Amino acid sequence: MNLMSFFARRTSAPVARERLQILLAHERVLVSGEPDLVAVLREQILALVARHVSVDQDRVRVQMNRDATASTLEIEVELPAPSGARIARA
Amino acid sequence: MAKVLVVTSGKGGVGKTTSTAALGAALAQAGEKVVVVDFDVGLRNLDLVMGAERRVVFDFINVIQGEAKLQQALIRDKRLDTLCLLPASQTRDKDALTEAGVARILAELREKFDWVICDSPAGIERGAALAMRHADVAVVVTNPEVSSVRDSDRIIGLLDSKTERAERGERMEKHLLLTRYDPIRAERGEMLKIDDVLEILSIPLLGIVPESEEVLRASNVGSPVTLNSPVSAPARAYMDAARRLKGEALDIVVPKDRKSLLGKLFGRRAA
Repeated sequence: MNLMSFFARRTSAPVARERLQILLAHERVLVSGEPDLVAVLREQILALVARHVSVDQDRVRVQMNRDATASTLEIEVELPAPSGARIARA
Repeated sequence: MAKVLVVTSGKGGVGKTTSTAALGAALAQAGEKVVVVDFDVGLRNLDLVMGAERRVVFDFINVIQGEAKLQQALIRDKRLDTLCLLPASQTRDKDALTEAGVARILAELREKFDWVICDSPAGIERGAALAMRHADVAVVVTNPEVSSVRDSDRIIGLLDSKTERAERGERMEKHLLLTRYDPIRAERGEMLKIDDVLEILSIPLLGIVPESEEVLRASNVGSPVTLNSPVSAPARAYMDAARRLKGEALDIVVPKDRKSLLGKLFGRRAA
C-alpha cells in the first residue's frame, strides 16, 4: 500500500458520489423512458471509441457534474497501446 | 387553505415517522392546526412515536369502511391541543386502503386542519403511492448514504409522475430533509456532503437534522423531539424546517448540540 492508496481509502464519500451520479443517470432513463442527455452522450461516445479500439469497460472512468447552470461530462478511457503497454488518458 | 404534505423516502429507517412527528409538533407549536396521518397499514408506529399508542380505538381503515366517524378516530395530542393523530390499522390488510376512501378522508381533513401530514410507509407499493397521491407538498427524507439517495431519486420521479398534481400538469413542491447528518464525518470525506446530495437530487433543501442521541431519547418516551428537547440540535432543525414550510426564508445551518464540558470530554460515549 503506497501513500496515495492510503489517502484514497480514507475518503470514501467521493466514490459514493461518483457511483450515484452514474447509476442514477442510467436509472432515470429506465424509469422515465426519456433519455437523459448526459447519459446518451456517454453511451454514444463510448460506442464511438469502441468502433476504433477495443475498450475494456473497467478501464473507462466517467464523471458527471451538474449544477444550476451547466452539466459537465468527463470521460477517461484507457486505450491499449500497440506494444501491449497501456497509456493513460485519451 | 389547507396543505396536504407527504413525508416520504422510499427507503425504510431513514426517519420518516420521526420527522412526521417532529414537523407536525413544530407546526402545532407555532399555532397551526395539524393532523398527522399514518399510512403504514399493518406496521403502524406513528402512534408509538407520538406517545398515543394506548389511546387508539378506531383507525383510518375503520373510517374508510364507515365503521367509525372521522371524529372518533382522531386522537388529540395531550400536550398540544392543535395537534391530532389519525392512526393506521395494525391488523387489517393494506388493500383496505382504497383510493376513493383515502381521497374522501383527506378532503374531510382539509376542512378541519391547516396541515395534513401523511407519514408514508417505506417502499413504492400501494401505501406509499396513496400517501403521496393527493399531496400538495412533499418532504423527501434522505440520509447521506448511497442506498437512501438512490431510493429518494426514485421517489422524486414518482412524485413528478404518479401524483394527482403531476397528472394535472401542475408542479409538485418537493423539499429535501437530510437526516442523520454528521458534519465531522462529512468534512473528513467519510460521508456524502450536503452539496453532493443536493447536486444529485436537485430539489431544494428544507433542513439538515444532525445525528443526535436526542432523537432516540424522544422516541423512547413517545414525544416528538421538538417537544421533548426543544433546544437540542435536531429539534431546532425541525423547528426551522417547519418555519420554512410556512414560507419563511431562513438561512440553513447545521445546528449543533451545546455540549457540557463532560460531554465534550467523553464525546459519543454519553448516550
